[in-house]
This record gives sequence, structure tokens and C-alpha cells, in this order.
Amino acid sequence: MKSLERDLRALRDAGRKLLVPYFMGGVSENWTEHVEAAVLAGADAVEIGIPFSDPMMDGPVIQEAALRALSRGTTLDSICDDLVRLDVHVPLIAMTYYNIVLHYGLERSAGKLSSSGISGAIVPDLALEETEPWIAACDDTDVATVLIVAPSTPPQRVDQLVATTQGFAYASARMAVTGKSEGGGEGERVVRSIRRSSDVPALIGIGITTPDQAKQAAEVSDGVIVGTALVQTILNRASASDVESFIREFRSAIDN
Amino acid sequence: MPACLELEAAFTEAWNDTTFVDEYHTVLREFAGRPTPVTPLTRLGEHLGLRIFAKREDLAHTGSHKINNVIGQTLLTKRMGKRRVIAETGAGQHGVATATAAARLGLECTVFMGEVDTERQILNVFRMELLGSRVVPVTTGSRTLKDAVNEAMREWVTCVSDTHYCIGSVMGPHPFPWMVREFQSIIGQEAARQLLEFGVDNPDVVIACVGGGSNAAGVFAGFANSPARLVGIEAAGGSAVGSGSPGVLHGMRSLLMQDEFGQIEEAHSISAGLDYPGIGPEHAHLAQTGRAEYYAIGDEDVIPALQLLSEKEGIIPALETAHAVAWLAREAGHAIPSGSTVLLNLSGRGDKDVAQVQAILRGES
Repeated sequence: MKSLERDLRALRDAGRKLLVPYFMGGVSENWTEHVEAAVLAGADAVEIGIPFSDPMMDGPVIQEAALRALSRGTTLDSICDDLVRLDVHVPLIAMTYYNIVLHYGLERSAGKLSSSGISGAIVPDLALEETEPWIAACDDTDVATVLIVAPSTPPQRVDQLVATTQGFAYASARMAVTGKSEGGGEGERVVRSIRRSSDVPALIGIGITTPDQAKQAAEVSDGVIVGTALVQTILNRASASDVESFIREFRSAIDN
Repeated sequence: MPACLELEAAFTEAWNDTTFVDEYHTVLREFAGRPTPVTPLTRLGEHLGLRIFAKREDLAHTGSHKINNVIGQTLLTKRMGKRRVIAETGAGQHGVATATAAARLGLECTVFMGEVDTERQILNVFRMELLGSRVVPVTTGSRTLKDAVNEAMREWVTCVSDTHYCIGSVMGPHPFPWMVREFQSIIGQEAARQLLEFGVDNPDVVIACVGGGSNAAGVFAGFANSPARLVGIEAAGGSAVGSGSPGVLHGMRSLLMQDEFGQIEEAHSISAGLDYPGIGPEHAHLAQTGRAEYYAIGDEDVIPALQLLSEKEGIIPALETAHAVAWLAREAGHAIPSGSTVLLNLSGRGDKDVAQVQAILRGES
């Protein structure tokens, strides 16, 4: 078992609901300070976006953040360089698109992420049928490959995804790109479908934009991923202390 | 991914069902004007020292080959019990064709179009609206075709249960490249039969323009097992074979224009229909195996080629098609030996482009 799953299971089994914020790497000069502020405020792990020009699974807010990061010259290497100055002790999970790691070289990128302290990767445009080369490239590293289960995923496929995912299962609450938050979402049903075959930590993401939504989602899962709402505040020039208050609100909502 | 598996199963079953295939051919005949003729281009042939035949997709309903594919996909949509189609469009040709087929078959239709293109192609936006479709301007990214594809895919994820994504070219995830090629292969099948009537068993060269590559895939399909040279002409500013490298985008692994980090570059061409930074994966394969050859034509050669075909043959081609004419004109007597028999896929008519051509010729753009 890779360290990501071991760490998340230990927290979960100790009764903690997991809070995982998403940041776009390189979106601003001081982006690593935002990550540190989030950890200080109680984040249990952090997702770090490595920007791609055509982020098909993301909504307009995260795409805007990606384009802003790219315009600053951000690359996989520059993000890994920035991580050197990051002083946190929670798991870091990279989120990017397949063309980025394919171009860098699968084994080379797995090695680079791992040696930069990253212990998980989400590559949302990689279908289950195509994951094998990437997972094999990560085999000799501590990088866990996290797969996404959607509300439309048929039961048999849920079982396959859950058997293959490493670290945790990403339960998508909606049939939508990141940032859509209308309606109640189907996170609870997705988590139940994951639970039928596995006790791997199951986190709900996609459309968790308010502390109240996070609280409801955490009640029926092992925790939540908060992306777009946070990235929006950063696009609006949030300071590190703004990020800290933002995360504290979510932390206190899911803990109570 | 489950949506693609569902589509693959539905298309495989339909394409093996003679009822479906008959209906597809009937709609193409009664509604879309098929078969389109093959026209000998005698005066252009004399001018270039070649024997040239044109497959007249410009005469198909809505003015290009795009209708073949959308008739197939909209019939499949109904068969799958879905009530709505979405589509991406660049210049608007695929959008207009989809809106047309949707109107004919009583389907709801939403077309995603980059905001830049909605401004460049305002008449096509109005056409789609007249046909009862909704046009959504895409304001993300570069606001052109690749972003319209991103947005259509994002939309599809949210509404797969009642909506089919009617993709416009031989691209995207499986089964789309295969399915679209099958629906377009009628071009090559008809042309091979029609050439026989002119006493041509096999042309020496089959030539078509290539953006994503659907018209080329369609005409090549009729000659893949013949000795004919298959030639695809890209726009120099959107040349995925000429200046691209292998990558993954829009659910396909193919040749893409991208930088050293894998960030997708924007295509720039005089013709919006060739403004796509990738190419269908089967073309990438044909290029790799050498079965087909791909060359690029720069913007500056396109207008003279459009004028040449207009003046010599009384056919104003689309700017996309004019790329193929330009290569023919340039390579006659060179890469194409004098006296060769050539089949040109005349993929679309130029009506949509005349205002732009006029502006260019007047030096206004």
C-alpha cells in the first residue's frame, strides 16, 4: 500500500473527516504560501493542479487559473521546483491531464513527482482501459493513481475502478465539470456504490462550494475535495490569510 | 467512457442492420441530394496538363460533405432513443449541417461555437437559429474550434442520458473516428463507381483537404485498396502531420500541434474549417505507414487557387477545398506527373467565404 492510502486511512480510522483543497500550481508568485495557509487551517491533504491548455474536465474557473499559470511560464518542472520551498507535512496529490505526463515521459514524470514529495496523481482524461502504462510507470515510486467514480458509472465498472484506484476513490457528486454546484448532487449514492466492494477512503468532489455542502457531503463519505470555490477566491487575489479563513470555515463545518 | 461504449455498441448494431443502412441511404437520396455527381474538370485539366475529375460534395445539401455524417449520426440518435444532439463547429458548416438534420428529424439541437468564430461567421449563426437550433458562444480558452470541442464534451458529460454528441470530423474518442469515416465513406464508394463510367478504373491520385480529416477519410475509403496515391492537404497554420507530434487531446491519441511541454497550440488559417490543431487518428496512422501523403499549403496560395477553379470551371470552392486545388496547381508536372488522372474531392462550395475573399482581394484584410 502506498503512503497516500496509509495516511488517509489512518486519519479516517481515527474518526477524522478529510478535507482536501485544490490549488492551481504556479497561478501566482506566492501560491505555495496559500498551500501552507490551508494546511495550517486544517487541510488533510492538498491537490495541486499542473496546468494544461485544454482542461476538458474542468469548468471555466479552473481553466482560467490554468491559463493564468501557463502565462506565467508554469510547467511540471517549475511546480516541482516551487515545492522545494513548501514546508508542509500532509500528502500532496498532483492533478493534471494525460498529455502533460505523456510529453514529459511517463516514468520520468512519475519519478519527478515522487522525488518532489508528491504521493498521488489524478489524471482525469485517462480512461480505466488506458491506465495500465501510467500505473506501471508509478510502480517503483510512491505515487498513487487516484481514479474517479461518476454518478453514471455502471456497478460493474465501479467495482473495477475501486479495485484499481490507489490512495482513495474520488466520488464525483455530479455529471459535470468542476465548479457546477446546482442541486443536491449524487455523492452519497456514488459513495454507497464504492462501499459495496471496498473500504478504501471515499472523498466527494465536484460542486462542493459552501461549508454547508461540505458538511452534508462529509456526513455520507470520508471527506471532501474543495476546488473551484477556493480557486475563485485566489483568482480574486485572496491573501494567504484569506485562504486560511476559507479553509477554517470548511474545517469547522465538517467537524461539527 | 461508458457513453462511448454505449455508442460503439449502438453504432455497431445499427451499421449491421439493413433497415438502418437503408434509411440512411434513403434520407441521403431524398433529402441531401445524393449521389453527388463526378464532374470532369476539362479546362482546368488542360491548363495543368492533367486529367482531373471532381467529386461534387459542394452540391450536397448545406453545401458540403458534412451532411453525410450528420444524417448518419442523427438517425443513430433517434435509434438510441435520445431526443437531443449537441455539436461543435468552427466555420459553421458542421453546425449548419447538424441543425439541418436535427430539424428534419425533429431533434433538439445545441451548437457550441467559439466566440471569435460566431463573430467571423455571423450568417452561419443566423442560419442555425433559423433552423431552430441554439448557438452557444464559447468564451473559454482561445474561443475557437478546439475550445468549442472542449465545451461540447463538457456539456455531453452532463446530459449523456438524453443527448448525443454529433462530432463533426474523424476525431475524438473511439468510436467517433471510425463511425464518422464510415458515414463519409459513401463519398469514395460513389466516386469509384462513377469514375468507371468515364472509363477510369483507378485514378493515379486522390486528393482532398484535411482539417480533422473527414472528407479525406470519406474519399480515401473508396480507394484504400487501389493503387492510387492518397494525398491530404493541410493548411500550413494547422498542419498536424507537417508540424505536429504525437499526443492526447479530446479523447484521442494522434498528431497534434503542441509545444515542448504538451500544451496545445492554436491553429491559424485563412479557412476556419482547417483551424484545428489535431488530425484524425486514422490519418496519423496513414501518414506513419506511408499509405497516404500529407502536404501543407500556405494562406497566400489559397485565394489564387479559388480564383483559378472559379474561372476555369465555374465552381467557386470553399477556402478549405481551395487548399487541395492549390497543391494540384503547384505540383502538376512535378509531384504529379503530367498526364496523370486525378480525383479531387470538392468538399464544399465557397458561398460562405465570398465576403472574406472579397475583403482580401480588396486589401481590406
